[in-house]
Amino acid sequence: MSIVSDTTHNGAVAVSAPENAPRVPSVDGGLSLPELATKYGLTVSGARPGLLDYVRQLWGRRHFIAAYSIARLSAQYTKARLGQLWNVMTPLLNAAVYYLIFGVLLQTNRGIDNFIAYLVTGVFVFNFTQASILAGTRGISDNLGLIRALHFPRASLPISVTLIQLQQLLYSMIVLVAIVLMTGELPDFSWFLIIPTLVLQAIFNIGVALIVARLGAEVTDLAQLMPFLLRTWMYVSGVFYSIANVVKHLPTWVGWMLDLNPAAVYIDLIRFSLIDSFTPAQLPHHVWLAAVAWAVIAGVGGFVFFWKAEESYGRG
Amino acid sequence: MADIQRGEDRNKELDDPRGDGRVPTVICDNVHIVYRVHGAGSGKGSATAALSRIVTRKASPNVREVHAVRGVSFVAYKGEAVGLIGSNGSGKSTILRSIAGLLPPESGRVYTDGQPSLLGVNAALMNDLTGERNVILGGLAMGMGKDEVREKYESIVDFSGIQEKGDFISLPMRTYSSGMAARLKFSIAAAKKHDVLMIDEALATGDRRFQRRSEERIRELRKEAGTVFLVSHNNNSIRDTCDRVLWLEKGVLLMDGPTEEVLEAYEEFTGGK
Repeated sequence: MSIVSDTTHNGAVAVSAPENAPRVPSVDGGLSLPELATKYGLTVSGARPGLLDYVRQLWGRRHFIAAYSIARLSAQYTKARLGQLWNVMTPLLNAAVYYLIFGVLLQTNRGIDNFIAYLVTGVFVFNFTQASILAGTRGISDNLGLIRALHFPRASLPISVTLIQLQQLLYSMIVLVAIVLMTGELPDFSWFLIIPTLVLQAIFNIGVALIVARLGAEVTDLAQLMPFLLRTWMYVSGVFYSIANVVKHLPTWVGWMLDLNPAAVYIDLIRFSLIDSFTPAQLPHHVWLAAVAWAVIAGVGGFVFFWKAEESYGRG
Repeated sequence: MADIQRGEDRNKELDDPRGDGRVPTVICDNVHIVYRVHGAGSGKGSATAALSRIVTRKASPNVREVHAVRGVSFVAYKGEAVGLIGSNGSGKSTILRSIAGLLPPESGRVYTDGQPSLLGVNAALMNDLTGERNVILGGLAMGMGKDEVREKYESIVDFSGIQEKGDFISLPMRTYSSGMAARLKFSIAAAKKHDVLMIDEALATGDRRFQRRSEERIRELRKEAGTVFLVSHNNNSIRDTCDRVLWLEKGVLLMDGPTEEVLEAYEEFTGGK
């Protein structure tokens, strides 16, 4: 019965020296534990699966990822009396604050036509990236209970936080479209460009969320640092101003950097789609190429980077 | 590959189910598990002290290592029901998590046949959602397919019996009494079959009637599962269930053997029954 019965008796054995690898009796006698495991085809528990297997497992869990994201989002406002209405109210109030300050109090337009639509688009689109990254940073540490209880590809968590933010963005888009229409824009064919842009931005966000999720799991201080990094990023992304108007006074390479900034790329593409006065001339050079490249680099790179530490996330 | 090898052993197993042809399903090879706890410092956490530590590259005293499991080795076989006993904090739940592959060992290895899983789904459920959505979410979280969840939905709800007092399944789980919530959670968790089943104490919850029903369900699951691990402080439930017991104390495997012998020693150690 006992595993340490190289000895003849069949009773309980006090295991005094656990360092000595126990031998297995009888038929398998003399085999060390790893050899025994190999003989019966046992595998190392919790070992990281290969990259393709991992993708397959993740695909197998797609319903869980979707259900978990939707559940998290709808659990958010269940205690509020207005409930899910807050999904729309929150961006609406945000937009109202910006309108009050920039449109009414400051009466500024910084040389931009339809500044309110320009500004609100920038705020909403940047917020999608910002919130995904912020939630991604805590994606592992906040869900340690789940990670230590159930088995699933851990990439599900950063992906689902991004999907939660994507759903919130879609509510924001309702508000945004209403604002854009109110400011005198008319729907046209270019509005369809929103769809590929948001798909690319979502892939980019998932990639970055995966990267910061792993970093945040290893260096817990990142959650404190992240808000500052993200705020800095927002200020250089042309949310409140036009990068094209600013770069005139700056060295060329700074202009290049600002133009290639992924947040600016996605924001400008949405502006271009929605706002008629935002002309192609205002878009950064090779903007679609940059949008695709960032999505691919962040998406693939982030996925591989996250997968490399898959087995260690339960350690916390 | 595993199947072929198991096929070779199947005959032996049939001839001699408890004898030499036993098939191992879980092998722990000198497993050590260390938790790192942040923020465990004793107050000497001034900013300047932290800064000087970064400069001098000394380890922060705020990070404490807890060596929860120290070199545990054992082999569990197909058809065995193994009990884990030991006082609080002796590493029982930790080693179960490690067998499940949820907590990587610091050193040593755990080998398993397939994917062992802990019985329990609480961490995936959300109190603000209705019972109905939690059943679906919990099922998906345990790795069931969408169709499988839909198929089992009725039986999960029926088993929990929370519809007996009215339409509670469509209310948020936070409105349930603690007993009702525990019943629903157990019903979801017990809906899935496991090759290696691990049960971490106090599962029989709710009123007496539900306890009897859940005990029966656990017995069914045990029959379906190849190997069962049970952590419990209730020596009687260990006696009822297990034919082999591991006794852990301070992360060290103190004793390993037939239930009666180990329990006797344990009861002596803890001072009477």
